[in-house]
Amino acid sequence: MRDPLRAICDDDLERRWLWISLILAGGMGFLLGMYALSSNLHPPSNVETIDSSRLHLTEEFAEDKLGVKENPDGSLTVTMVAARYGFFPPVIEVPVNTPVKFRVASADVLHGFHVPYTNAATMVVPGYVSEVSTSFPTAGKYSFLCNEYCGLGHDNMWSRLIVVEKTAGGNE
Amino acid sequence: MYKNNATSLGLANMWVAFVFFAVAALLGLYQVIERMDIIPGLKSPELYFASVSTHGVLMGFVLTTFFVMGFGYYAATTSLKQEIWSSPFAWFGFWLSLLGVLLAAVPLLTGNASVLYTFYPPLKAHPAFYIGAALLVIGSWVWCLQMVMMMRVWKKANPGETVPLVMYGTVANAILWFITSLGVASEILFQLIPWSLGIIDTVDVGLARTLFSWTLHAIVYFWLFPAYIALYTLVPKAAGGYVFSDQMGRVAFILLLVFSVPIGMHHLYMDPFQAAGWKFLHMTGTFMVSVPTLLTGFTVIASLEVAGRLRGGKGLFGWIGALPWNNPIVLAAILALLMLTFGGFGGMINASYSMNAMVHNTQWITGHFHLIFAGTVVIMYFGIAYYLWPKMTGKVLYSTKLALTQLWFWFIGMLVLTLPWHQLGLAGQPRRISSTPYDDLLVQSWIPAEIAMIAGGVILFTAALMLVYNLLKTHGNAQAESNLEVEYAESLHSTVRMPALLNSFGFWVVLIVVYMIASYGYPILQFFMMETFGTVPWSI
Repeated sequence: MRDPLRAICDDDLERRWLWISLILAGGMGFLLGMYALSSNLHPPSNVETIDSSRLHLTEEFAEDKLGVKENPDGSLTVTMVAARYGFFPPVIEVPVNTPVKFRVASADVLHGFHVPYTNAATMVVPGYVSEVSTSFPTAGKYSFLCNEYCGLGHDNMWSRLIVVEKTAGGNE
Repeated sequence: MYKNNATSLGLANMWVAFVFFAVAALLGLYQVIERMDIIPGLKSPELYFASVSTHGVLMGFVLTTFFVMGFGYYAATTSLKQEIWSSPFAWFGFWLSLLGVLLAAVPLLTGNASVLYTFYPPLKAHPAFYIGAALLVIGSWVWCLQMVMMMRVWKKANPGETVPLVMYGTVANAILWFITSLGVASEILFQLIPWSLGIIDTVDVGLARTLFSWTLHAIVYFWLFPAYIALYTLVPKAAGGYVFSDQMGRVAFILLLVFSVPIGMHHLYMDPFQAAGWKFLHMTGTFMVSVPTLLTGFTVIASLEVAGRLRGGKGLFGWIGALPWNNPIVLAAILALLMLTFGGFGGMINASYSMNAMVHNTQWITGHFHLIFAGTVVIMYFGIAYYLWPKMTGKVLYSTKLALTQLWFWFIGMLVLTLPWHQLGLAGQPRRISSTPYDDLLVQSWIPAEIAMIAGGVILFTAALMLVYNLLKTHGNAQAESNLEVEYAESLHSTVRMPALLNSFGFWVVLIVVYMIASYGYPILQFFMMETFGTVPWSI
């Protein structure tokens, strides 16, 4: 078979390299794509709108409705609000190795949401509800850090995540 | 014989670029010191975020745009042996862009536009900031038109001839910039300006971010293009050899042009409001865009090897030592390729649909783009400046030794700055913070890398001063330069007949439009199809 790349490239060595490049780029994309699809690992991509100026009037994001809720299947849903300059409620406690779905809305501007050393990360965008699902395999004290510039007090925007052993019965 | 009317135009554009670069470098030095909480008296989020915003705008928009325009004008006239299409119009574009920068500088420097160079609505800046940014972009469109017209005029006068590689790359960049800047331009013109003036009450942040992502990836290729063009056309000749393949250079430029715009949504991996399938589509394109860079790596290194062997280098690696390391543009190229290699590995992580979650918006990202942009791209800008300054001013380079030292300083400083930043990112440090009032254990693990960061900042600022000093002294040098000819590399493999597709752009522009509609059509349209809630302006 005639090499199809011959149409654009006369040099044997260079054509070989072009094939390697194509296989490398295609292979990497394929591998990472398949890995993500097979383990159902997707970036947080919830398309759901909300009126950020009226969060306090909603069923889900009113102040007394926030926090950890257990679902019938044993997984957890954590509802949080990001607002300058903190995450609310300020302390979240979840057990290890339990599927957790965070649902986060912003009450004002753009925020970030990241728990260092884990893949719990999403942007929090006013007008939209962010959703990120993960579980924490190691117990300990973690931090939620706002990692998107949200104003002059941005540095101070962080709060606490505590991952507890299941046998400890929810206490530290 | 044509008369080159781009000399002062090229020089004016590049001087603006480097003067603002020096200002931005000073701000960078302040930022690395402020960021680590070592001098309590220096603490000021107001000053820090004004500084970060200005640093980003100057480096990302001003240094780059003016350098690209200056290089483009000069490369076009010297390679085509043809005058600027419309010199008064080109100067108009220059002044319009400069006016935009000065207009934006007032709110930036007074802390009234501390919204970072990525704008970040619903944080609101003074309207002058957005209007200034728009003028800068519109001014640069004048350059785009000039480049396209110059190629058309040349092709008409030289039917059947192959457009010189340097010009082909420059026009590819002009088209790329025009298409990609439409995203940010529509965000500024239709959303941010009317909103900041109070004409409309709210903006849809999801739409704004989607439009910005349209610009955000390909803009880095707009910055990168002159560096690649120089690697293909100036460096091989300066090293004493030939470009390995002229045709492969064109293929690389076309691939960059086609694949860099419709993949911007990898900047939105972590955002809600775009469904996962779109992000997956953009990821596949993102991996494809690494192909032209891999191709460039091959062609440029092969060209350098040819040069090294022509200079008497023997053996598997002997040619490396035989290269003219004492020629600034060749040294810049070698160091640029090294930084590109390091930065490329990091880029694979960022591009990945799943792994990106660990590093998104951490200091890893800052490390990545400083390595690729401030490293690879900007060091090539230096190399090009050292090469072109004597040609444009007609004066001998003030000090080659200072230039070489400066390039090494920049390279070492950049590694000392960015390698620790990658580590900080993996340890969770957010980018864009002015202090670290977090969990003690976490913060303590960051300290060694932060000390290295400050050392890197000092080295880089020193290098920035060395550059500007050398260029200034060259401009005022009494000794005249004897060789004013810009020498572009010839191809090792002579192509008898260049395929028409690699000598024109029409087909590729149609392809990009189709690709853009496929990858951005619905993601933008959806905001008009669902009920969305806009956001009112917030002050910083």
